[in-house]
Amino acid sequence: MSKKEALRDRAGWKGFIVVIFAVLMVISTIFSIQFGSANIPLKDIWTTFTGDIQSDFQNIIWNIRVPRTFVAILVGANLAVAGVLLQGIMKNPLADPYIIGVSSGAGLAGMIVLILYPHLPHILTPVAFIGATIVAFTVYALAWEKGIAPTRIILAGVAISAFLGSGISALMVFYSDRVQGTIDFMVGGLSARSWPQVEVILPYSIVGILLAIIGIRKMNLLMLGDRTAKSLGARVEWIRFSMTAVATLLAASAVSVIGLLGFVGLIVPHTARLIVGNDYRVLLPASIFLGAAILTASDTLGRIMFAPIEVPVGVIMGALGAPFFLYLLRRKMV
Amino acid sequence: MSALEAASISHSFSDKRVLKQIDLELKEGRIYSIIGPNGSGKSTLLHVLSRQLKPDHGQVYWKQADLYRLSPKKVAQELALLAQVNDVMDLTVEQLISYGRTPHKSMFQRLDEEDQIIIDEAIQLTKLDALRKRNVSQLSGGERQRAWIALCLAQQPKVLFLDEPTTYLDISHQLDVLEIVTQLQKTQNVTIVMVLHDLNHAAVYSDEVIVVKEGHIYGQGTPKEMMNPDMFKDVFNVQADIYEDKDNELLRIVMMPLKVRVQKVR
Repeated sequence: MSKKEALRDRAGWKGFIVVIFAVLMVISTIFSIQFGSANIPLKDIWTTFTGDIQSDFQNIIWNIRVPRTFVAILVGANLAVAGVLLQGIMKNPLADPYIIGVSSGAGLAGMIVLILYPHLPHILTPVAFIGATIVAFTVYALAWEKGIAPTRIILAGVAISAFLGSGISALMVFYSDRVQGTIDFMVGGLSARSWPQVEVILPYSIVGILLAIIGIRKMNLLMLGDRTAKSLGARVEWIRFSMTAVATLLAASAVSVIGLLGFVGLIVPHTARLIVGNDYRVLLPASIFLGAAILTASDTLGRIMFAPIEVPVGVIMGALGAPFFLYLLRRKMV
Repeated sequence: MSALEAASISHSFSDKRVLKQIDLELKEGRIYSIIGPNGSGKSTLLHVLSRQLKPDHGQVYWKQADLYRLSPKKVAQELALLAQVNDVMDLTVEQLISYGRTPHKSMFQRLDEEDQIIIDEAIQLTKLDALRKRNVSQLSGGERQRAWIALCLAQQPKVLFLDEPTTYLDISHQLDVLEIVTQLQKTQNVTIVMVLHDLNHAAVYSDEVIVVKEGHIYGQGTPKEMMNPDMFKDVFNVQADIYEDKDNELLRIVMMPLKVRVQKVR
């Protein structure tokens, strides 16, 4: 056993990593509230929260920065948990919320609202959510045969996504003058997200993440393979079904709020897996904190990097996160 | 006493009938080997008996109770399966084995001292003491197979099913596995039901062999009753010469293609 592996196996090391991810999340949360078009001194953030003294920045903090950060945390956590569940359920490292049709469903539904009913912006989130859920369950229905067969889901998901993608493209061709207004949604952005979006996503986050936590032991059993899991008394089909449903609701609520944000659901779970291993008792909290931290930090960066132009968070994550992930992957392989 | 009983079980995959009206009775504390050519349905039979696969028709009884109506957890306390293919896990040997305690624990219950004793016993029986902190992914094929067997042992089953447990192993590791299984039956009276590819191993290590051909039971009996040239010709399509080792009453089988004429040397 090499020294590095000895270190990795030492008890408590993995727990320590989880704590580090949690700290990263807290730090990026503070940054996210602090920095933007106006930089707010830490002192004013403190007084706003404690309510001691009236701050000039109170309005920005409460109505813009805090809810936006909140959305970023919840979306990051939701997508990461959805991804980490789906990878385990599908036994496929490429499984992510896109695979089950959630994104294309939300995408087409969202585009219809943005292009055909631009005067009704407030229905965007609920319509996208409904679109995501309907498409996800259509994919399951198509893939169903005496249970959820992972390969069939993936293939059905890819086919449905291609089909809906052509619908999105057609909309963009016919209404090319209105495409500009949809970019934020298509790449995943957080601008102008506030308390209403928090209200949409929060219940799903709480319920979904709680159910995922309850499912930790079952997910670990699934990891041992279907036959062994069954031999140990696990109801494999039921675990697959229920955990896929949880992942669907988490992912659907996230994309309906933020738009088609790729990357988080795929790369965050993998990054966490490369660092802490496959045990869901550690992997799940690590993914939650890492997802929240990365999304919040990327959004903050997108706000300040080219100010006053705001770069959507999806662009930042792809540009910085993917190379970092490749670096991790290379290092692990060597 | 009969432990496991199958009553006219049939099963199909797509349109192919894999098991056709099989009746079977297995007694407690014996070693059974299921043998048959590829595609004869022996693995499917093992899966039906071990509650992995509900048959289309027919019933399986575990101590007179309908196996598929018992709760999965209750069954898991008494039946364990060593699957044919097991993924490489990123776990230590001891962590892997500790999963064997799952059926004996409630959802949020932690492992206690008694569980640890059982896990230690499983580790000792499979001679994994020196490797218990090692990552499963770093083990050799034979060690890894022993670790998965230890996982089944920690389950403390009354019946242990093994699906081709010796495939892909070196001969010495094959024998290790079969010796562990024998020891388990002798010391703890565990019933063993395994699918074996190697017919010589089946002849030496089984109390009874169950011969499966095209979804039917061709026959069931002691190796001496079942292992004869006619059976080899009918079921495996080979010519077999069977010798008996007089010292310990074990069979030795030499197999050849049917067409070749073999001169018997006796």
